[in-house]
Amino acid sequence: MLLIYCPHCLEHREEEEFSYGGEAHIARPLNPEALSDEQWADYLFFRKNPRGIHHEMWYHAIGCRRYFNATRNTVTYEILETYKVGTQPQITGADV
Amino acid sequence: MKRYSGFSLLKNALSYHENWQKVWRNPTPKKDYDVIIVGGGGHGLATAYYLAKVHGITNVAVVEKGYLGGGNTARNTTIIRSNYLWDEAAQLYELSLKLWEGLSQELNYNVMFSQRGVLNLGHNLQDMRDIERRVNANRLNGIDGEVVTPQRIKEIAPLINISPDSRYPILGASWQPRGGTARHDAVAWGYARGADALGVDMIQQTEVIGIRRKGGAVVGVETSNGFIGARKVACVAAGSSGVVAAMAGLRLPVESRPLQALVSEPIKPCLDTVVMSNAVHGYISQSDKGDLVIGAGVDSYNGYGQRGSLHVIEHTVQAICELFPAFSRVRMNRQWGGIVDTCPDACPIISKTSVQGLYFNCGWGTGGFKATPGSGYVFADTVANDRPHPLAKAFNLDRFNTGALIDEHGAAGVAH
Ligand SMILES: Cc1cc2nc3c(=O)[nH]c(=O)nc-3n(C[C@H](O)[C@H](O)[C@H](O)COP(=O)(O)OP(=O)(O)OC[C@H]3O[C@@H](n4cnc5c(N)ncnc54)[C@H](O)[C@@H]3O)c2cc1C
Ligand SMILES: [Zn+2]
Repeated sequence: MLLIYCPHCLEHREEEEFSYGGEAHIARPLNPEALSDEQWADYLFFRKNPRGIHHEMWYHAIGCRRYFNATRNTVTYEILETYKVGTQPQITGADV
Repeated sequence: MKRYSGFSLLKNALSYHENWQKVWRNPTPKKDYDVIIVGGGGHGLATAYYLAKVHGITNVAVVEKGYLGGGNTARNTTIIRSNYLWDEAAQLYELSLKLWEGLSQELNYNVMFSQRGVLNLGHNLQDMRDIERRVNANRLNGIDGEVVTPQRIKEIAPLINISPDSRYPILGASWQPRGGTARHDAVAWGYARGADALGVDMIQQTEVIGIRRKGGAVVGVETSNGFIGARKVACVAAGSSGVVAAMAGLRLPVESRPLQALVSEPIKPCLDTVVMSNAVHGYISQSDKGDLVIGAGVDSYNGYGQRGSLHVIEHTVQAICELFPAFSRVRMNRQWGGIVDTCPDACPIISKTSVQGLYFNCGWGTGGFKATPGSGYVFADTVANDRPHPLAKAFNLDRFNTGALIDEHGAAGVAH
């Protein structure tokens, strides 16, 4: 069970209150019709899936019902930080 | 290879079972191989076996970072069935089931394949419509299957609660009598022994850390014990597939997630079939030792830690207790997780890549154990001939570009 700090509620809450939203910082292409099939597939299906530092979205489903981002180690599962959508992580793969 | 038989058992009894032949050699790697297989799980070992047996390619090494069969092969709940919805998947899993049916004889190794049948429960009208559709599709593909009533389910698994006012009322199920279970370790060991006897080298405790390429073609692998040359490299690394692909500058549409299972203390025989339910994220069978083997849903987050969160198995066990009230008193013994490589369409990738001589077989996600023989068979053929086996064609990596996905979320889903 993960304890996750919601940057909106400013509290640690249990994992069951949240749902996982996948890799963060993926911008929807502004002009999909201009993309090749490979580029569109890349946007839809191909994720970084790193072993180590991962920036990912979480949704506080049974709480404030808002999305935020987390930086988490996918081997130890340690959550290193959580931050609001639209802001950048303080910790990146290069730091660890 | 000395064959196992009743006679060999008697003969070895005379020397107190101290002189059995080693099951496989422990060779030092050669400088070069025709094919290197990355990952010594069931799928990698089956690939090695069929490369040697069917294609006569014996200058092969299986490079495994831990010990043979120590990954998901050792961690899965061993459910075997072939009742998938779409033609492409059904044919691949059915090939596998047919190979299971002769596997102990083929390998001269008892893989304890037990065709005890598999029930997939339906709890609401939509479940039942999906089950009807899937069973019809299966029968059109020549795969055994029936839609059964709650009364028939109760006959097959008498401890199940079919009361209409239970929390997860059972409206019916699909029943595949040819499905069942097998002994996971024995599958890995049997293939390893068979491949070793044909000349394949098992290189354990050796991690692949790089894939060396020259002019767009593969030339070998960097390992924790140095470089090993190879004309072809076939990657079968399950949950670590994305990490291995990155070594060759490739990306895969897979995400690695923890999947958990648990076993109870051994109890007397009480469940001689496999019961699965997609809707409640649980599946259960009883091993020959007597333990109840219970599998959970996949954890929602990406992870490589071979463990998941407690609430996931709590949820599963709650549902199992609703389905089988008698099991509420059984104590759980052990719990663990494996890392499964999930694909967007819940179907595997068996494919050549943009690097000449580099192949991937991955994305089996939560349900690849049942496919071990078939996966190895078609992958060996794909690697040997440098073109997809006819049954592997649809599972090419380029389906994510063309959009020809094979959506097996219904039949694969959380259940296996
Ligand atoms: C809890 C659980 C329950 C499951 N239940 C079922 C079920 O009931 N039915 C079913 O059909 N399927 C089930 N599965 C899925 C099934 O276990 C997998 O799909 C299947 O085992 C994957 O293929 P494999 O056996 O080759 O993988 P693995 O046994 O995981 O083999 C991959 C190997 O690659 C090695 N490796 C990785 N990276 C490297 C590297 N860099 N260098 C060298 N070696 C490397 C690993 O150490 C590992 O041994 C379950 C899985 C889990 C975790
Ligand atoms: Zn919140």
